[in-house]
Amino acid sequence: MDMGMRKETPLSGGPVTGGMARAAIGRPMALWLALVALAALAPWLVSAYELNLLARFLAMALLAMGLVLVWGQGGVLSLGQGVFFGLGGYAIAMHMKLAALGDGDLPDFMVWSGLDALPWWWVPFKSPLVALLGVVLVPGALAALFSWAVFRRRVGGVYFALITQALALAFATLLISQQPSTGGFNGLTDFQTVMGVELGTPAANHGLYWLTLALVVGVFVALRALMASRYGTLLRAIRDGENRIRFLGYDPTPFKVVAFTIGAVLAGLAGALFTLHAGVVSPALVGVVPSIEMVIWVAVGGRNSLAGAVAGTLAVNLAKDGVSSAFPDLWLYALGLVFVLVVTLLPGGLAGLVADTTATPWGKRLKSLVVGGSK
Amino acid sequence: MGQWPLVAGQIFNGFSVASLYVLAALGLALSFGLMRVINMAHGEMLMLGGYLAYLTLQVVPGPLGILAAMPVAFLGAAAVGAVLETALIKRLSARPLDTLLATWGVSLILQQAARNIFGAIGVDVRAPEWLNHAYTVPSGLFEGLTIPATRLFILAVAFAVMGALSLLLASTRIGLLVRAVNQDRGMAAAAGINVRAVDLSVFCLGTGIAGLAGVVLALLGPVTPNVGQSYVVPAFLVVVLGGLGSLRGTAIASLIVGLFSALVQILVDVSLAQVLLLLFVIGFIQFRPQGVVAVRSRALDA
Repeated sequence: MDMGMRKETPLSGGPVTGGMARAAIGRPMALWLALVALAALAPWLVSAYELNLLARFLAMALLAMGLVLVWGQGGVLSLGQGVFFGLGGYAIAMHMKLAALGDGDLPDFMVWSGLDALPWWWVPFKSPLVALLGVVLVPGALAALFSWAVFRRRVGGVYFALITQALALAFATLLISQQPSTGGFNGLTDFQTVMGVELGTPAANHGLYWLTLALVVGVFVALRALMASRYGTLLRAIRDGENRIRFLGYDPTPFKVVAFTIGAVLAGLAGALFTLHAGVVSPALVGVVPSIEMVIWVAVGGRNSLAGAVAGTLAVNLAKDGVSSAFPDLWLYALGLVFVLVVTLLPGGLAGLVADTTATPWGKRLKSLVVGGSK
Repeated sequence: MGQWPLVAGQIFNGFSVASLYVLAALGLALSFGLMRVINMAHGEMLMLGGYLAYLTLQVVPGPLGILAAMPVAFLGAAAVGAVLETALIKRLSARPLDTLLATWGVSLILQQAARNIFGAIGVDVRAPEWLNHAYTVPSGLFEGLTIPATRLFILAVAFAVMGALSLLLASTRIGLLVRAVNQDRGMAAAAGINVRAVDLSVFCLGTGIAGLAGVVLALLGPVTPNVGQSYVVPAFLVVVLGGLGSLRGTAIASLIVGLFSALVQILVDVSLAQVLLLLFVIGFIQFRPQGVVAVRSRALDA
């Protein structure tokens, strides 16, 4: 008997089981398609400024969906997703800085800091292929190495969260302090072209938006399949009882490493797209505070729901954009309250709320009215 | 000034940084050992202690103000800790990761409140005259080595707190109860110990110590709304290195982190030292994932 043992209580909801996947055929599917079609028409429905915001938030939603896999399904809380977001962002930003230069020239901030040669780790990013691969491979490789080193010694839970936070702190401080080669606190900005496309034109903006939207849809479908697969089942089993899975003969380490790596790759992709939309990447986007804010997007939306994560990312960031520009002080109080309230009162997030509502008799009727088909 | 005074000075710095880390980490480690939760608003208890020291010095100026500030900060931070524990942490005790997020929210609110009340720039707490000097080694191998009195004061406070705490845990009835709950919560509850009361008092004790740390912190630099953040991340690493809820482990881990950071800074700058510290921690858990001092337990998920 050890009542003193405290386990993370598994939260309800989440597992995308075969039953739910089957139910998704028919009218709910049509609803999803209509939603995507509406999003695809956004360039003609909203202003250029709003489109840019939407594009940024959709890029962040890629990262949020990764967190659903890592945190919701894997039970691994990462407070360092900003690191991988930053690595992706800096990889593409370095390429864009170099692509705008002639042979042998240096980016302006390096010249101002008195550097007379390109740092060696900048050189490969001259090539567009290396930069594109770097966006996913650098965060992926770092995440795989890091998480393998920690998980293989069975260090997890709160310890892992604290170590990832230290990682975020170290990464942001390093970026700021290595000003001559990273652009320091200001980061990298002022991009002209990417892969030969001139940035800032309506055509480029629309194209990048659609690219982001397509990736969000693709990742949604892929992660949904992954979560419904045998791998997803085992990942959730590890979350709920790691030692039981060990006794059944599985080694949990690779499962968790794979989840964390996929999360990091998605974060890197998100960072690169965000950098393209925002036109800047800087340490202010990658440190301790932004990293933990990323977790709250998912907490608000629902840690076990991909759709919830996308919705949560959009909701929190829209609120941030609205509130923080008008009342900057108020925003931090609001954000703090959101952390406290969502976690204590609504651990399933918005998605959990929807699931609970549709489970009530009144909600069931409403649901059958909207999507039909359900029992 | 040769190389020896520099190295000796950094070693001394390491000790004084370690004493700050130990004060900041003790509360974290105690309640982590007991309840398996980490309070992300712990850094704000340091901040609170700093501001309380500032306020106390407004009321009690003069040389003894800083001594008066210590009980005020201890009690103030402990009271806030009590509210935090009963209102939030108690409810989330079975979900450690969620506790992390909820207490982070509290930390955001407290920081912003401090910003609105005291301003973003920060307030200064002047060290009293009797702390406002430095000892310089006049001759010998360590010629030129300077030791500020405030740093010695911090060391003294850390040793006093450690001593008092180990006395409390080892030889009082309260300590006995804490150790019992720490070893086996269920058994302790079955034996009639009020486990909830033990949780609450240990948590308050921990935040109180953090408040105390805030006072000594205020002697080193201005008290700003995010002063706690800069100390709390290393304190988290101390908890990771220290092992579950062990006083000795926390002390040794603080020394390791403090000395490592200080000595590495002879060779590289502060930011690289941070990266190296993280690599060191990851390297360390390859050999001792259970921490410096492992508390023996049969509980599989301990």
